[in-house]
Amino acid sequence: MAQVVTPATLSHAAPDMDDAEVLRIRNDFPVLAQEINGSPLVYLDSGATSQNPLSVLEAEQEFYEQRNAAVHRGAHHLAVEATDVFEDARQTLADFIGARYEETVWTSNATEGLNLVAQSLATAGLWAERGRGDARLSELAVGPGDEIVVTEMEHHANLIPWQELAFRTGAVLRYIPINDDGSLQMDTAAAVIGPRTRVVAFTHASNVLGTINPVIDLVALARAVGALVVLDACQSAPHMALDVKALDVDFAVFSGHKMLGPTGVGVLYGKRELLDVLPPFLTGGSMITTVTMERAEFLAAPQRFEAGTQRVSQAVALAAGANYLSETGLDRIHRWETKLGQRMVAGLQDIPGIRVLGPAAGSERIGLAAFDVAGVHAHDVGQFLDSRGIAVRVGHHCAQPLHRRLGLTATTRASAYLYNTTSDVDMFLDAVAGVRSYFRV
Amino acid sequence: MAAAASPGPDSQNTVAPAQKGTALSLDQLYQQIILDHSKERHGSGLSETPVPAGASTGSSHQLNPVCGDEVTLRLAVKEGKIAQIAWDGDGCSISMASASVLSEMAEGLNVSDLRTLIDAFRDVLRSRGKIAADPEILGDAAAFEGVSRYAARVKCAMIAWVAAEDSLNQAT
Repeated sequence: MAQVVTPATLSHAAPDMDDAEVLRIRNDFPVLAQEINGSPLVYLDSGATSQNPLSVLEAEQEFYEQRNAAVHRGAHHLAVEATDVFEDARQTLADFIGARYEETVWTSNATEGLNLVAQSLATAGLWAERGRGDARLSELAVGPGDEIVVTEMEHHANLIPWQELAFRTGAVLRYIPINDDGSLQMDTAAAVIGPRTRVVAFTHASNVLGTINPVIDLVALARAVGALVVLDACQSAPHMALDVKALDVDFAVFSGHKMLGPTGVGVLYGKRELLDVLPPFLTGGSMITTVTMERAEFLAAPQRFEAGTQRVSQAVALAAGANYLSETGLDRIHRWETKLGQRMVAGLQDIPGIRVLGPAAGSERIGLAAFDVAGVHAHDVGQFLDSRGIAVRVGHHCAQPLHRRLGLTATTRASAYLYNTTSDVDMFLDAVAGVRSYFRV
Repeated sequence: MAAAASPGPDSQNTVAPAQKGTALSLDQLYQQIILDHSKERHGSGLSETPVPAGASTGSSHQLNPVCGDEVTLRLAVKEGKIAQIAWDGDGCSISMASASVLSEMAEGLNVSDLRTLIDAFRDVLRSRGKIAADPEILGDAAAFEGVSRYAARVKCAMIAWVAAEDSLNQAT
């Protein structure tokens, strides 16, 4: 008799992660087993870039040792094998975010994915104006007086491409402001997103505040006015189960190196009906059907957006990283990181002179904490922590407008991942507690 | 010193020189003179500092986009000597201390001596720990020697000095 598996029985079958499991996980990450400045490495900078498990390193090495060849060309054995593993990797990443195979485009990183969408929308106007391509392009085109909406908490990667799109097309860039607690002003969002809005681009989870944005509500506002939705999933895809279909976004981007993969590879998800009509971003080999000396016809997605020789080994290695996360369980990882994040925020709030950005302890947030230390510059905080082997990010975290809004120029950020223990967080908190006295504040 | 939660830097000049290729201790980087100057900020306060009569001036704004360190510096030259350095700034202890040390050292120097000092400071800072600072030439600025071992911090120590060099070129 068939048994219905409900989420409740699934979560029962998979107990929460604990420190003992994390210690086993750490055995898969060789880089973590080292001393820095005489102390064990405490790596709390995964929000910037994550470390790689052996399975990822081995996947890349195995590709080069056994299958290296150009993909989608050549009839020889290695070319066929390389193409197979490359396209299998695409399917793995598609499954990872609930997308279809042909909706999953390889990019260099999330930044490239966002530039791809913005540039293609700019070119859509040109194509529509000159009668090239699909008739639907005139609906997608961004033109003078149209509006592009972002939020005040965006990473520069999800801000500057839209500023440039506005500049190129004569559109107006508007933004949804934040509240002091790091949440979006949703009342204002409902007013900012209006009939002229063509694109609403926002981050799923803030790389500075830790806020998880209400995607469903923002998508509803965008749908009501017929605007496209672009989701920056850099800080969500690596850390929580992501289902782009359930969220109903039009585009989503994320980077491989933040989710156990190598640098140089990322993913753009786009709805097929959009990807197949949008003008290509880069042009050249591998993305065409017929080429004459005068012009070219282009393939459908995903090849439409994959000009030139692709990052094959990186894609294969990223798939190994995605599998590592799926096998561990994204929901379990998310719960563990939430626990570490709450411990960080609560601990930081108890230290005199520390101001944590974003939602307070107890509120929903991802497993990171950016903070200001009164009287001590973030660079000095980072240097002090490094002397104890603790790796954190310092600076504006590619979010200058957000820092300006918060009255700061630079902050310190600790960000956790599935390989961080409770003890990592405690060593970090203990070190932060000593910063102000060291600098005589 | 008690082994308390406040490890604080050792007193000035008691730190052992760093061995080549090994990490510096935090106290070797943050020498007492640096921490003191980061609080004193000698020369800071542009608007409160009137330009000496009859001096020619240059000014320069320098920004480190990585960390947001910022210095706006004005330099006044009179009769071939540095009459005054005044600056406003915001940044880490190393950037603020280096602006303070520079201001204190530069006043009264001949223009050519300041150029020599800036060149010597830059040589040490960009040497990745290979060139030892000569206290005879660099004075208090020799305390920044350890910074040269941290590529990410070299700009912090250089920012006011780059602003001074730019200002000097305008004023002379």
